[in-house]
Amino acid sequence: MKLGRVSGTVVSTINHPIYDGRRLLMCDLLDSAGVDTGGYLICVDVVGAGSGETVLILDEGTGARQIVGDPNGPIRAVVVGIVDEVTLDGEAVDLD
Amino acid sequence: MQLAEVTGTLVATVKYEGLEGVRLLVVQPLDRDQHPAGDMVIAADAVDMAGPGELVYIVASREAALAMPEPFVPIDHAIVGIVDQVVRS
Repeated sequence: MKLGRVSGTVVSTINHPIYDGRRLLMCDLLDSAGVDTGGYLICVDVVGAGSGETVLILDEGTGARQIVGDPNGPIRAVVVGIVDEVTLDGEAVDLD
Repeated sequence: MQLAEVTGTLVATVKYEGLEGVRLLVVQPLDRDQHPAGDMVIAADAVDMAGPGELVYIVASREAALAMPEPFVPIDHAIVGIVDQVVRS
């Protein structure tokens, strides 16, 4: 799984039916020190994450399909958690 | 999933079985600021409505084939939505 920070939302009306009624979040990817890597993923939100929050991203199809309950859904990146704290070598990582 | 811009269309008469009738589009993956990032790819249009100039989101790898009516087709990128708006906060 990956660390990310919610930077926005993607609005789409014409889409594959698996995305109907689902919130899509733009998530900037972070490294282990909480620093922006420059990469991003568009993720389906299943936990109610909001703008600016640090999140846990699942980027793997089989698990993602299990979450949305469709074994054939073309879906891969899902926000599966809101991160409160990360510690690295005993030190808290600055996520702000 | 990733943002991309449709830049063209592609026609192939001879295709592997299962790909008949699949619309193939040339897309340019974009970074978070919607600037081109990386090489262009050919993506199948799973929404059957995307066209050149449109901002779309694509899914890659195994999940791309799952977007098609026949899920065991040799597709590695698929357009799964047309983007109306990206709201950055």
